[in-house]
Amino acid sequence: MPEPFEPKIVAFFCNWCTYLAADLAGTSRIKYCPNAEVVRVMCSGRVDVQFVLKAFAKGADGVLIGGCHPGDCHYQEGNYKALRRYRLLRRLIRQMGIEDERLRLEWISAAEGDRVRAVINDMVETLKRLGPLQKSEEERAHLLEVA
Amino acid sequence: MSERETVRIGVYVCHCGTNIAATVDVKSLAEYAGLLPNVVLSRDYKYMCSDPGQDLIRQDIRDRQLNRIVVASCSPHLHEHTFRTALKVGGLNPFYFHMVNIREQASWVHENRAQATRKAKNLVSAAVQRVAFHQPLERGRVAIQPDVLIVGGGIAGIHAALTLANAGKHVFLVEREATIGGHMARFDKTFPTLDCAACILTPKMSAVRAHPNITLWTYSEVTKVDGYVGNYKVTVLRQPRYVDEDLCSGCLECIEACVYKQAKVPDDFNLGLSKRRPIYIPFPQAVPQVPVVDPETCIQFKSGKCKTTCIAACGDRHAINLRMEPKEERIEVGTVILATGFQTFDAHRVPYYGYGKYPNVYTALEVERLVNASGPTAGEVVLRDGRRPEAVGIVHCVGSRDENTHRWCSRVCCMYSLKLAHLIKEHTGAEIFNFYIDMRTPGKGFEEFYQKLLTERVHFIRGRVAEVTDWALDPTEEGKLVIRVEDTLAGFVRRIPVDMVVLATGLEPRTDAPEVRRLFNISCASEGFFLERHPKLAPVNTFTDGIFLAGCCQGPKDIPDTVAQAGAAAAEALALIDAGYLETEPNTAHVEEEKCCGCKTCISMCPYHAVAFVDEIHKSRVNEVLCKGCGTCVAACPSGAIRQNLFEDDEIFAEIEGVFSNA
Amino acid sequence: MRPKVAFYWCASCGGCEEAVLDLAEGVLNLADAVDIVFWPVALDFKEKDVEEMADGEIAVSFVNGAVRSSHQLNMARLLRRKSKLVVAFGACAQMGGIPGLANLTTARDTLREVYGEADPPALEFRDNGHTLTLPKLFDSVFPLDRAIPVDYYVPGCPPSPKIVSDMFDVLLNGELPEPGAVLAPDHAMCDECPRRDSRPQELKLDRFHRVQETAIDPEKCILAQGVPCLGPATRAGCGSRCIAGNMPCSGCFGPTSRMRDYGGKALCSLASVVEGNEVAEIDRIFEGLVDPVGTFYRYSLPSSFLERKRWE
Repeated sequence: MPEPFEPKIVAFFCNWCTYLAADLAGTSRIKYCPNAEVVRVMCSGRVDVQFVLKAFAKGADGVLIGGCHPGDCHYQEGNYKALRRYRLLRRLIRQMGIEDERLRLEWISAAEGDRVRAVINDMVETLKRLGPLQKSEEERAHLLEVA
Repeated sequence: MSERETVRIGVYVCHCGTNIAATVDVKSLAEYAGLLPNVVLSRDYKYMCSDPGQDLIRQDIRDRQLNRIVVASCSPHLHEHTFRTALKVGGLNPFYFHMVNIREQASWVHENRAQATRKAKNLVSAAVQRVAFHQPLERGRVAIQPDVLIVGGGIAGIHAALTLANAGKHVFLVEREATIGGHMARFDKTFPTLDCAACILTPKMSAVRAHPNITLWTYSEVTKVDGYVGNYKVTVLRQPRYVDEDLCSGCLECIEACVYKQAKVPDDFNLGLSKRRPIYIPFPQAVPQVPVVDPETCIQFKSGKCKTTCIAACGDRHAINLRMEPKEERIEVGTVILATGFQTFDAHRVPYYGYGKYPNVYTALEVERLVNASGPTAGEVVLRDGRRPEAVGIVHCVGSRDENTHRWCSRVCCMYSLKLAHLIKEHTGAEIFNFYIDMRTPGKGFEEFYQKLLTERVHFIRGRVAEVTDWALDPTEEGKLVIRVEDTLAGFVRRIPVDMVVLATGLEPRTDAPEVRRLFNISCASEGFFLERHPKLAPVNTFTDGIFLAGCCQGPKDIPDTVAQAGAAAAEALALIDAGYLETEPNTAHVEEEKCCGCKTCISMCPYHAVAFVDEIHKSRVNEVLCKGCGTCVAACPSGAIRQNLFEDDEIFAEIEGVFSNA
Repeated sequence: MRPKVAFYWCASCGGCEEAVLDLAEGVLNLADAVDIVFWPVALDFKEKDVEEMADGEIAVSFVNGAVRSSHQLNMARLLRRKSKLVVAFGACAQMGGIPGLANLTTARDTLREVYGEADPPALEFRDNGHTLTLPKLFDSVFPLDRAIPVDYYVPGCPPSPKIVSDMFDVLLNGELPEPGAVLAPDHAMCDECPRRDSRPQELKLDRFHRVQETAIDPEKCILAQGVPCLGPATRAGCGSRCIAGNMPCSGCFGPTSRMRDYGGKALCSLASVVEGNEVAEIDRIFEGLVDPVGTFYRYSLPSSFLERKRWE
């Protein structure tokens, strides 16, 4: 009996808002799906597009970027840069055959512990519906052709 | 670190008692970590943050020649500093350390043991891969400017100002209103001792005025904050009072002499219960004791055709200057204490209590003014038509403990409701009913105060008031306000006719709290109060070094706690100032000059102007003092010529790889 | 003994061969300095000749073009065996090049599109006792270093004359650089761009133009005029010839050593300099940037993290 598909999410959380919100979810003992692993950065503006692409290439089924609400960035404007990059990156990954819903940018403030739960659970449900992103056996075989 | 140095990592998995160990299999995690590349030893221990826990690290660094440490425990926000210090004491650069959060973000939020353990393994693997790339770093030191800015002149700001001024520090106390004193100046007596508020507050206000180390700017607001931690450049806008503070002697004859023989303008200090003239002083003991001219109502401002008897009354002091302009002051301070206080819940939001609809429904603060001898009715507690009330109902929890308005308990209302019950009874002899959900009287002397009230024949009805209505069902209710409530102890719904209803409105954050917090770059918590760094371990600190909180702006509290907190904030500021410097997190960016092509992309990325273009060499350069370490320029650099300490591309890519260990 | 060199082309346009000829008189010097033992476009040596050589007999093989057929794969492996050094010459060999855009589709779909045939051709055909074979077309295009270990990379589409002549200098005369090095400066093109001073410090774009949609001012920074120019993200060394031709840089020299995914970094950087704080406004600005993959991964798709479009 094959194991049911558990999507893997790589989450880039900004230190001041989203990471604190996730900590708050912890201190409040709010429960959510264990599918997301967090990479902490100081600001969502540090999230390089290369990081997102690397995560997908390594096998992430979804990538979540968490930042402060517009106007509330601890560093003033970093989250706006993240937003601009995200909007263009969306189009790129669409061309590469990756569904929009696999890449998500969410604004979560330090006080919104429950939102961390809601976003992650929602993303897990969506990814379960979309299925794994990993290369199929056939594709892997083709790429290994040249090895 | 030389390229050839072998990386020797020590991994420590904390049980945190059962906080982590109950959900994450810490033994298996430590075992797993021990097999990862470059890991020389891997241990698990009950409480890593304790002294023995830290000792383990220090010992192992020496005995096993470790040069990288990973601790898997709680949030770095809690103990990153603790463990970095342990490394330092153990002789290793503190930044050869990385922390994995397997408590707040794993054991406390997941239920399935296997899944939580698996996630923890991936995170530890990520940290192990990352830490291999860590470089030795030194914290920078920024000198702290010794002056302090205190925003808000209520009891919190006043107490903090006096404490710091007495310690020899120079304080700028900026207050938006024309006088300091805050909400406390409006109170009559304070619980539980029934001290006269003015008697305990005004001496402190005078002390502020007289203190050589305090620069008091009332009728002023902070409009801009530039600079960086320890060196803030603050712009304060001083509104014109149209009376020169230095020339005014405080005789107040100008107010008497005003052409308005009858006061016509609703008096804000008395919450609109009385009227004032266009030239006025907020209350008799105002500090500074200097009148204000209100340009919206002063005839001279509106038409230019006033006899200006006020100016005549001032005589040769010439203190009144109707041409005064707003003035911008620029100051440099090292630390800031925010003491901007609260606002009371707007009772209009609960229309079923009849505020604004029935004239004899009052808020508690309005009644404070009524009982106050220097209030609009000279201490007489009377209804709008001048009659004395024979029955008064005090409704607790208005705008508090309510999903529809505010969820929190405002902490002071039970006590002030008891106080008002006592005072109103004393002033009027009326029958008093207090309608409460719970009696919250936790402070020193509070329970005793409550017991005293119980002997004063005040009626206590446990129930949430559903409605205040003037709809009379029988003759006894004619002309009364009927309070409908379920008396939960008696077990039935009651209708209680009273003459006056007092709403114990709760405390809420000020409407402009979001703007204020953005000015100073701190956060608000979910309710809107300013966010403290840690509710227990750092209740007066914020996440921004050098900025502290005091009083109700951080959360509802009474005067004893406010004063205690103000003292705490002053102490924290003092500690920083006397140390003389702040240590900065070395997560700043720097440009690799040989690699920079001079495209200038980074220049427009930085809101702090920390990246500048050096024309002579046609390259960008980062000013590490101004750099706050967000990393936006690092991601934006098109050719990877800018790097960020502690958040290098190498480090983050390694973390991403590690997350896919698929344990 | 003159060192033996070989030139080979995989999935290539021939431009890299031209690049060698672009040495002009220098080619004659080259012909004197080395013994060219294999160069299908120019000389008559056969694959059999290479097979008969000893391993490592060839000093340097310059291989251009991407690997996308079984024949190219075999030739790459053959030349690797027979050579001391293999240089990935040109953008296609280094990163997959323009043929790499075929990674947005599959061999089957490509053949169907071109020939209208439902089935791919048979690889073996017997007739009259003879067997004819066709190489297998792979579904994906690969950079050379996916097929064989590569010693050096020479970037460009094609590499510029100076880069080529420097390459010969260093490989045949000078001290060999670190293995795996890219034989071009390690900073981005803006440094040598004649228009660099006209790029403002605070650049904020509120729209993008395609080259044909606007008249590009020949004196000013092209990116500042709203035309996507990848110069800031692209390795220098080409002499900014495209800029001199009033065309934006399209990134053919590939990444610097600090970029791991060329297109991702270039996109990240370009997106950072647009205006707009609201989604609608940002999307509107990006509308002028058609075909993100074609813009950012024009030469580098096979060497990117994602390598190819997801298999359907």
